[in-house]
Amino acid sequence: MDLKEKLVSSFIAFENQVDIDSYVHDIRTEAIKNFESIGFPTKKNESWKYTSLKQVLDTDYSVFPSKNTALVYSKIEKYLIDDIDSYKIIFVDGIYCSHLSETTHEGMDICLMSSVLNKPKYAPIIENYFNKALKKDGITELNTAFSKEGAFIHIPKNKFVEKPIQIIHFNSGNESSLMLQPRNLIIVDENSQLQIIERHQNLNENEVLTNSVTEIFVNPKSIVDYYKIQNDNKQASIIDTTSIVQEHNSVCTLHTFSLGGKLTRNNLTFAQKGEHIESIMKGITIIEEKQHVDHNTLVHHIKPNCESHQDYKGIFDDSSTGVFNGTVVVEKEAQKTNAFQANNNVLLSDKASINTKPQLEIFADDVKCSHGCTIGQLDKNALFYLKSRGIPEKEAKALLMYGFANNVMQSVKIPELKNRITNIIAGKLGVNIGFNL
Amino acid sequence: MLSIKNLHAKVDDKDILNGINLEVKAGEVHAIMGPNGSGKSTLASIIAGKEEYEITSGDIDLNGESIEDLSAEERAHKGIFLSFQYPVEIPGVSVTNFIKTAINETRKAKGQEEMPAKEMLKLLKDKSNLLEIDRKFLSRSINDGFSGGEKKRNEIFQMAMLEPSVAILDETDSGLDIDALRIVANGVNKLKSSKNAVILITHYQRLLDYIVPDHVHVLYNGKIVKSGNKDLALELEAKGYDWIKEEVKN
Repeated sequence: MDLKEKLVSSFIAFENQVDIDSYVHDIRTEAIKNFESIGFPTKKNESWKYTSLKQVLDTDYSVFPSKNTALVYSKIEKYLIDDIDSYKIIFVDGIYCSHLSETTHEGMDICLMSSVLNKPKYAPIIENYFNKALKKDGITELNTAFSKEGAFIHIPKNKFVEKPIQIIHFNSGNESSLMLQPRNLIIVDENSQLQIIERHQNLNENEVLTNSVTEIFVNPKSIVDYYKIQNDNKQASIIDTTSIVQEHNSVCTLHTFSLGGKLTRNNLTFAQKGEHIESIMKGITIIEEKQHVDHNTLVHHIKPNCESHQDYKGIFDDSSTGVFNGTVVVEKEAQKTNAFQANNNVLLSDKASINTKPQLEIFADDVKCSHGCTIGQLDKNALFYLKSRGIPEKEAKALLMYGFANNVMQSVKIPELKNRITNIIAGKLGVNIGFNL
Repeated sequence: MLSIKNLHAKVDDKDILNGINLEVKAGEVHAIMGPNGSGKSTLASIIAGKEEYEITSGDIDLNGESIEDLSAEERAHKGIFLSFQYPVEIPGVSVTNFIKTAINETRKAKGQEEMPAKEMLKLLKDKSNLLEIDRKFLSRSINDGFSGGEKKRNEIFQMAMLEPSVAILDETDSGLDIDALRIVANGVNKLKSSKNAVILITHYQRLLDYIVPDHVHVLYNGKIVKSGNKDLALELEAKGYDWIKEEVKN
């Protein structure tokens, strides 16, 4: 039985675990039907041309964990950013782990999907937002069909959330292979502000495939700062779909640090529903061996006077492969749009490759749009310059790579997170050059 | 201190150096002059260890030790410094981080501890004052958006920080206005001592008004064809290179 059949047939078992007389379940039922007819994307699908899921779909994944696994803090400590005070929503094998988490319902909801999905109190907000930001493709419909757990965050208006929120999904490895389908819903009401760090982490060498979907609603005048840390091991694959809907005068910045994993696919969508919106996407990808990272972005400029900035840097070693597919659509009404897109790559080996494809679809006539991509090697003259000052080859290369990625690091607003990522990168490059960028 | 014997080198099968002999002693300033394309910058790059050039025969010794098989960084650790004719722009790496890394890597190679932060700060302050460098300049990316003069001043600043035993200044005067030239030359003069040596590569006499050489050499077709004292530079300034080319021909 292939994975698709297995998933479709396990939907009945899934229905025994959830409340089937609910608004959300009607959506799930519809979604499983859609998934059954669409299935997983293949390379025939234009936006999946350079990313084949075949290698990750062939595994016989468990689709539900067979038991509850308790993790101790010491085992996961290093994956947390614990030198700052933060809210934490932590899952193990898709199941909420209360003793490691720190949630709240005081003046705002920073909690779990499962705790709100069937509560009458939350019905209006669920009906208003759940599944409203997504394009209904096979991957997202599959997630929707099995959606029952993940982070639920609702920030009321005029609220400055001082502590960042960490959302972390662990795979304990107790199953020989496991498929996870977390579903996050984040709503930030008018004039509020928050920071989120999201991470997925496999804790041993067993295979895990995560099909994660996150919907984020950034209401007027709100500011959302989102960081994704993708630094998983070589048995972990993730398809991350994040859809963001922004209303007028809001700012949303999303950083993606893709530093490890077997196969990583990011589907990132911004829809600008009002005027004077700023959408910022930044990414650093540093991979090696046979790792694969695919960034698929779409910015939909619908209203006038908005901006979008995309800046993705990639460093590829060994026979790693990368994809950047960035689409910017500017609707006829979206005059005075300012859209900027850059994708710069360095290939460190003859066997590494990157496919980069910027796409602009502009229907308005008074706009500023630019896009550019570069693919190159490390500059030999720059390397000689550094070496001639006594910096050894390995450190010199690392310094050049730091410099290359530095402008993305500069926009990280949580210093402890910046340190953490700098250290991860230094570790990957095998250097200790003794300063923080 | 630096001894070059019968050095031949080529790049892409083209012979560039055809038997260079040069003896540089501690405390000396040597000027190497010569028409365009004579091999001056190649000589500088080869001494510093640029890998594109192939040494086909000859020796480069530093303090009695052969260095031609060493990497660029190992030569730097032994005290070779090259001030680049065209300093490379490296966006995203600040001058301070660069120089700190260079100093500490050099100390590491010598088996020394990293320089304490306080000492490093003082050194940065002293040497930037010497070159009349604004402190803000130190937090900018290396050479990124620097003017020609700023780039050259930055080179000499690095020299001041690293305190090499042999400094090769490759056309450090080009692109400098008269004020910048004075600052750079003063800097070099203050760094000069009986324990180190300076090799100036230049087209023009004017730098030599500020940094007075003990020896002047003319490089032509990859060979030193004439050597003399500082008067030779004046003669070249007055008469050009044609008479030298004639002499070589005959």
